[in-house]
Amino acid sequence: MSTTAPADVERRSKLHDPIEAYRRMFEIRTFEDQIMDLFARGLVHGTTHTCQGQEALDVAIAASLRLDDAVACTYRGHGVALALGMTPDSVLGEIMGRQSGCVGGVGGSMHLSDPDVGLLPTMAIVGAGFPVAAGAALAFQTRQTDQIAVCVAGDGATNIGAFHEALNLAAVWKLPVLFIVDNNLYGEYSRMNLTTPVEDLAVRATSYGMPGESVDGMVLDTVTDAVRRHVQRVRAGNGPSLLVAHTYRFAGHSRADQASYRPEGELDQWRQRDPVKLQREALSGNADAATLDALEAEVVTEIAAVIERTMAAPEPPVASMFSNVWSPELQMAGGH
Amino acid sequence: MKMRVRQAINTALADEMRSDESVILMGEDVAVAGGPFKTSEGLLDEFGPLRVRDTPISEMAFTGAAVGAASMGLRPVAEIMFIEFLGVALDTVVTEAAKFRFLSGGRVTVPMTVRASVGSGLGFGMQHSQTLENWFSATPGLCLVTISDAQSAYSLTRAAIRHDGPVVVFEPRALYAVRGDVTTGDDAIATIGKAQIVRPGKDVTIVASGQTVGIAMAATAVAGIDAEIIDLSTIVPWDRTCVFESVARTGRLIVVEEGPASGGWGHEIVSSATSQLFSELKAAPFRICSPDVPVPYTPALEARYLPTSELVARQLGGYLATGNVPSPWWQTEKGMF
Repeated sequence: MSTTAPADVERRSKLHDPIEAYRRMFEIRTFEDQIMDLFARGLVHGTTHTCQGQEALDVAIAASLRLDDAVACTYRGHGVALALGMTPDSVLGEIMGRQSGCVGGVGGSMHLSDPDVGLLPTMAIVGAGFPVAAGAALAFQTRQTDQIAVCVAGDGATNIGAFHEALNLAAVWKLPVLFIVDNNLYGEYSRMNLTTPVEDLAVRATSYGMPGESVDGMVLDTVTDAVRRHVQRVRAGNGPSLLVAHTYRFAGHSRADQASYRPEGELDQWRQRDPVKLQREALSGNADAATLDALEAEVVTEIAAVIERTMAAPEPPVASMFSNVWSPELQMAGGH
Repeated sequence: MKMRVRQAINTALADEMRSDESVILMGEDVAVAGGPFKTSEGLLDEFGPLRVRDTPISEMAFTGAAVGAASMGLRPVAEIMFIEFLGVALDTVVTEAAKFRFLSGGRVTVPMTVRASVGSGLGFGMQHSQTLENWFSATPGLCLVTISDAQSAYSLTRAAIRHDGPVVVFEPRALYAVRGDVTTGDDAIATIGKAQIVRPGKDVTIVASGQTVGIAMAATAVAGIDAEIIDLSTIVPWDRTCVFESVARTGRLIVVEEGPASGGWGHEIVSSATSQLFSELKAAPFRICSPDVPVPYTPALEARYLPTSELVARQLGGYLATGNVPSPWWQTEKGMF
């Protein structure tokens, strides 16, 4: 198991530099494109959910939180994991079912975690993260620390009961939790308007007496500013809030989904507002094109090396399917 | 006619919807997209949006709505993409649907069907690979049926929809693409509560369900053993007559089960047969099942979760030769990992 604490924590600390923030966004994009390629080539098994188009929000969350804050995230979590600091080796190792993965290869694409950077195990059940994040916040409130919890989930998840119950509970108990909805317009294969009667999901906060705000999720500075404001407000003891970031899911829902249900031209229109491209443009005052080209080339080379290392990494032994099922004393007693 | 399991389900849904206007289908992406596993292609076009409905990601709402609609005389079919998603709607199935008949002195019935994809084998990870019959099996009033091939997919789906009570249909996801001969039509509708002897034999009775039916068939062929293989088909309430008669003939019983060793439905079969037929048994009945672990992701480990035909053949051979119950692989191999 790879508990590369220094590497992930160090990666996390870099995001305050706008160029490094861009590097991370470009890394997530490159990583996800490569995952789709590996999947198409049969080298990633099972299923996988990529997050191209959502990189600005992922990096904004990571840049706004402390290492001792807690994050609950979904199965579309590669970007959040990388942004929070998890190494590409640890994430890809898990996605490819290798011992080098964050849980040694028994979890897979939908189940990433790294307590060193605050990432709880990512959940493959829609909406499961809302109450879990509220519970993490309950622990912080009980211990009277100034840590906070964040739940990041998709627009589709706001139609599940757990969203509503968790927001209500967090509001009445004034828990230090920030609920972030990554509104990428699609819940699985359905466009949001077919499943959800309100266009602006932030209005759902009103029923629970908490602030709700919608923000452009494609512009790193804009979304980072919004996440920071909400984080500060929650950390100051003002109770929970709901932040909705408007993004777009450039890829399909999962696996080989070509997303043919999208209206023609919609993807191209959103590609004009590609968050990676926009951030590169925003950096024109800080870095010249040659510098950014070199940075991008470095990332591409690094990810290629990660893939090579991961392909060569061993698969987990049979014993690993029996590990970590029970508490250590029961495990020692021969839980199986 | 040859068809894949997913087409057999699709055909069964269409046949029931044609024969009874009260049958409706609800679920995530079942209408426009034709179902995440393509089990409802063409149904929206033929039956329209009142009867074939895409839902929000809201299992509690649409499964609960199926309870209400069924109480008013519809025959709703709710599709759950992965059985784990029924966790958020367990109340509506176990505590509402299964109780309304009893609660109302028989005046309110709930003829609803919940269909869910289940099982390991496709690398979907531990939260999308369980079978979970044991979440439901201690629920009097709730029928559980499991399909094992294209014919049983057709026959059991139609039977479930026609049944005058709630039925959960377990659809092993790894079988959706498997082809088989299917006889369609009203005569092919199964009877809930009836097991199928899929291979007659005299040396040992093997009770299997879902994916393990094919595994038991393959194992028997490999080992050259004259086993009687029973596809249990209905897990609750199971066909005691069929199983007991078979075990009385063979004197030996094995249950091959996908799911953790603890708490599985196979315990019911083994314990009931042992109590009922103790004096007629030539050897102790036992189960071949999965270890008590979550379903691991990486392919080599996931492949060990479900009993393989090689494992079943080996254990079967040893059992018949010695009369002793073989230890599960995770005990015999323990020193090796």
